[in-house]
Amino acid sequence: MILAAAVVAASPPIIFAVLGETIAEKSGVINLSLDGLLLLTAMAGFAAARAADSLLVGMATAMAVGALVGLVVAVASLALRQNQVATGFVLMLLCQNLAYVLGTPVAHVPGPQVPHSPIPLLQQVPIVGPVLFRQDALVYLSFAAAAAVWWYVFKTRPGLMLRGAGEQPAAAVARGVDVVRLRYLYAMAGGALVGLGGAAFSLAVKPGWSRPYGIEGTGWIALAIVIFGNWDPLRAVAGAYLFVLLQTLATVLQSLMPHVPTQVFPTLPFPLMILALLLVTLGNSEWTHRVLRRLPAAARRRVLRALRALEASPPAALGVPLEPRE
Amino acid sequence: MRVELRGIDKSFGPVHANDGIGLVAEAGTVHGILGENGAGKSTLMKILSGFLAPDRGEIVLDGTRVEIPSPAGAIRLGIGMLHQDPLDFPPLSVLDNFLLGSPGGLILDRRRARDALAALAAQFEFALPPDARCDDLTVGERQQLEILRLLWLGARVLILDEPTTAISAPQRSKLFAALRTMAAQGKTVFFVSHKLEEVQALCSAVTVLWHGRVAGQVSMPCETVRLVQLMFGQDLPRSHRRGIALGPPVLEAAHLTVNDARLTLEDVSLEVRAGEVIGLAGLEGNGQRLFLLACGGLTRVAGGRIRIAGRDLTGRSYRQFLAAGVAYVPAGRLGEGLIPGLTLAEHVAIAAGGPAVFVDWRAATRSAAERVGAFHIRGTPHTAVEDLSGGNQQRALLALLPDALAVLLMEHPTRGLDLESAEEIWRRLLARRTQGTAIVFASSDLDELLERSDRIVVFSGGRTAAPVDTSRATIEQLGELIGGKGM
Amino acid sequence: MRFGLTALVLTAAFGAGILAVLGASPLEAYRLIVIGAVGRPERVAFVLAAWAPILLCAAGLLFTFAAGLWNIGIEGQVIFGAVFATGALRALEHTGPPWITVLLAGLAAILGGGVWGLLAGALRAYGNVNEIFGGLGLNFIAGSLTVYLVLGPWARPGIASTSGTLPFPQTVWLPTLTIPPVAAPTEILLGVAAMGVAAAALRGTYFGLHLLAIGKSLRAAHLRGIPTTREVLRAFAACGGLAGLAGFVLVTGAYSRHQLFPLISGGNGFLAILVVLLAGYSAGAGILISGVFAAISMGSLQLPLAMQLDSSMGGVIQSALVLLIILLRGVQARVVHREGVSRSPL
Repeated sequence: MILAAAVVAASPPIIFAVLGETIAEKSGVINLSLDGLLLLTAMAGFAAARAADSLLVGMATAMAVGALVGLVVAVASLALRQNQVATGFVLMLLCQNLAYVLGTPVAHVPGPQVPHSPIPLLQQVPIVGPVLFRQDALVYLSFAAAAAVWWYVFKTRPGLMLRGAGEQPAAAVARGVDVVRLRYLYAMAGGALVGLGGAAFSLAVKPGWSRPYGIEGTGWIALAIVIFGNWDPLRAVAGAYLFVLLQTLATVLQSLMPHVPTQVFPTLPFPLMILALLLVTLGNSEWTHRVLRRLPAAARRRVLRALRALEASPPAALGVPLEPRE
Repeated sequence: MRVELRGIDKSFGPVHANDGIGLVAEAGTVHGILGENGAGKSTLMKILSGFLAPDRGEIVLDGTRVEIPSPAGAIRLGIGMLHQDPLDFPPLSVLDNFLLGSPGGLILDRRRARDALAALAAQFEFALPPDARCDDLTVGERQQLEILRLLWLGARVLILDEPTTAISAPQRSKLFAALRTMAAQGKTVFFVSHKLEEVQALCSAVTVLWHGRVAGQVSMPCETVRLVQLMFGQDLPRSHRRGIALGPPVLEAAHLTVNDARLTLEDVSLEVRAGEVIGLAGLEGNGQRLFLLACGGLTRVAGGRIRIAGRDLTGRSYRQFLAAGVAYVPAGRLGEGLIPGLTLAEHVAIAAGGPAVFVDWRAATRSAAERVGAFHIRGTPHTAVEDLSGGNQQRALLALLPDALAVLLMEHPTRGLDLESAEEIWRRLLARRTQGTAIVFASSDLDELLERSDRIVVFSGGRTAAPVDTSRATIEQLGELIGGKGM
Repeated sequence: MRFGLTALVLTAAFGAGILAVLGASPLEAYRLIVIGAVGRPERVAFVLAAWAPILLCAAGLLFTFAAGLWNIGIEGQVIFGAVFATGALRALEHTGPPWITVLLAGLAAILGGGVWGLLAGALRAYGNVNEIFGGLGLNFIAGSLTVYLVLGPWARPGIASTSGTLPFPQTVWLPTLTIPPVAAPTEILLGVAAMGVAAAALRGTYFGLHLLAIGKSLRAAHLRGIPTTREVLRAFAACGGLAGLAGFVLVTGAYSRHQLFPLISGGNGFLAILVVLLAGYSAGAGILISGVFAAISMGSLQLPLAMQLDSSMGGVIQSALVLLIILLRGVQARVVHREGVSRSPL
């Protein structure tokens, strides 16, 4: 159970990041800068928190930086019609480099940390209590965020419009949805959530700042989790927990296999990502269909059903600009 | 609601899609809009439903003049449109599709929507499972959902654009019953179609469009002959074409079945001989394109066989079809036929291909210059193809064809071209006949079909009628076949 | 290059802003970067040494970008090239004349990078895995593999450390060419040649023409009879091969660390992506911009010591410049009301 508690404790940053990116991508905007953005917002959050000696200021700053970068991505893509991958990639490098440069003064220095806040009665609940309720405020916030995003996307009217705009912008426009405005909104909102994820790193999970920070590569994983989660917030959260579990297990495996160099294990969760992606996109490929046709009909049906359950099909309008009315 | 259109005008560049169109549809009626491809039906209905703004003209609802700024604006006025391709959200549930776009508070009231959906569905005997994914429904069911949704939003005018293209017979009956019920409730239904039988069965009045103008407005019942005359214009004198001796069969399609997301082409057989010209008639989306793609080796066939010059090529790769002398010229000149961003010389180089590693640019440019001259293309070998006009793009596509072809498959060879260019294109195409090339082309221009083909095959709903010998065909006969009679 | 001047000015201003936040003098920082790059003959040699791998990667990327592909996996391909080169060098170190060893190591590097690139291509062609994520995953695997090799089977005898394998003897280093006063590393010639060959191949071979066609319209290219799958795979292999050569240069270059170590690719691949985004298919522009970027990278290494500034400042300048040019291009397209969507980034 210590393992479970550790996983829950380390998850908030990734949960915020995947939630943010999910809603942005659901509206049709990819933010490929995630890996750099997490670094930048982590650094900014920590620096601001330290300067103002306030955790709230730190988190707000990180969210503002995230929203700003989200806005840049949206403007480049929607107003300037530039390739989203190109903009995102360049922003990724820019954010990473900015993080390192601007972070120099606050590297290896102590700063505010989110305090441990066990919830009085709930933490006594057998089994679940210590895992879920003996954590810090950011963990509770991550639970709330996951629930809130899920509720928003599936239970509210604007959430329904978001889902529609991402799937079939033409149909959404026909029903009176301002898809372009929506994309700006969610690109920024998504960025802000990612920013909160960055702050969750530097103010709780991995306090402080250094260069390299140690979370390099995590942003790419978050992007992949969004795909693996089929652009569904809860599936994405599950994917986030899975990834953190793998990371935590890596440390455990370490102690079980002392003869293997220590630096190998932290890198293992990352290759597992391709396997996951391969599985979810396998169902779509032409080659798979050709291979499947050789199987007997019953087996083929079963395999297709399994593949379909795993299937990840992106919001149809991802990355596609909108044409104006004639 | 009484709908009146006065003097509606709409142009897209040089194309005058709607020219001074006026019509009156009384409340509580099903009003048919008939016309060929390009007659202007879709444009007119898009204007009425808010998707397009007219250049000139007025729309009057129940005596009051209105402006329709957008589709959402249209539904607020009570006008709803059902598109040929469902404009819905495939991965979302039926209920969510029903809800999206309807007014309300922050939180979705799914219970109320569920009840409304059930009540409306019961009224028309539609069976729509609210929690099913929308793309698991058939096209007919998605249509039904959209109709219910528009009614829930308060539509009093319903426009249906070619609704029976991809639905089953029982669904069609249900749809017609629903439309009659709606008319009885005082709503106005616009039924846009090219299918004469259906229009005759369903509508109380029909407006026939021809080349962007109103050819006539008639009340039903009306004779088929009269409708066909209005739709297709008068019979044109046909030029006497010199027949040539036909060779052995070069394309034999036997019982072809091809599946597509929307349509299934079923059991189509055709034998084409060397030097023959076959025209594929029928409104777009009825299977002509699928058939051409299948014969060109570009899409998998679910059943049947294809033989090219005696060789069975069913299931083989596209490159093998190319090697066997089959060429496919798509309707999308830029982006399908030609590669945007590349020049003519570059296209010639690609066509020349060859086992060589290095491109002989001098030879390619020379060859391109020759073709530019021979085909009267207004451009140079270094002109990027997207800078060519439509006619010149079509000439370029022809110029890039290999010399000796067994079968030439073309989609809409002269669409959007002026008469002179069209004439020239056909002169070249027909010249290939003497070399033994068979030409199979799809067109929505009945005059072109009658003028150029030896035989015409009419497509409707994925099925074909027996090929009609052009020398003995009449416009009425073809019009009826295209209109779906006798399939 | 369009907007070059405007973008440079804006970038300089942006950089100055960042530096001001840190309380550092922009002029001083820029001066240090320039001196750090070309101030002394050795520095120039270092810049040339850094220039070569960027050139090689950029040359490879010409093929994949032509086909409209985003070969993010290029870093992994560089790593695999370095790994294969190291393996070959270790195996052949004491056999035969050194120049054959070096040559074979180079060929091994091309093979290693090529295979790794082909894998990314296959994942896309047959597994429908987006080449960005496939490439990323493969980058991670390559990284893990390197760590394992450096600390495991190829560890330095005695002290296994992440600083790298046992450095190779000078006999297998790539030679230098002395053009007084600079002892220029010869791999720069390899880089320039690669760029020239790649750009020429794009314009002069059927392979290149096919790739350009695929990049403009996959559907139309297919209809024209181009074997699209085969050419895409070849593009990945070609890029991987050249990237592998970059890895080779990174372990055998005269001014390199002469060893395999984790993070050997050093961001050269990504930097090359930036270069090609700016330079397009022009060999001249690619060579020039790679050089400028190499100079900035090397120059900014002076910053930590002299001004307590992170050397990533160079990266800030490079990426800000590219971002600004992308944005300016977009603004111009809007103002001129031309066709908006750029399918391929170039």
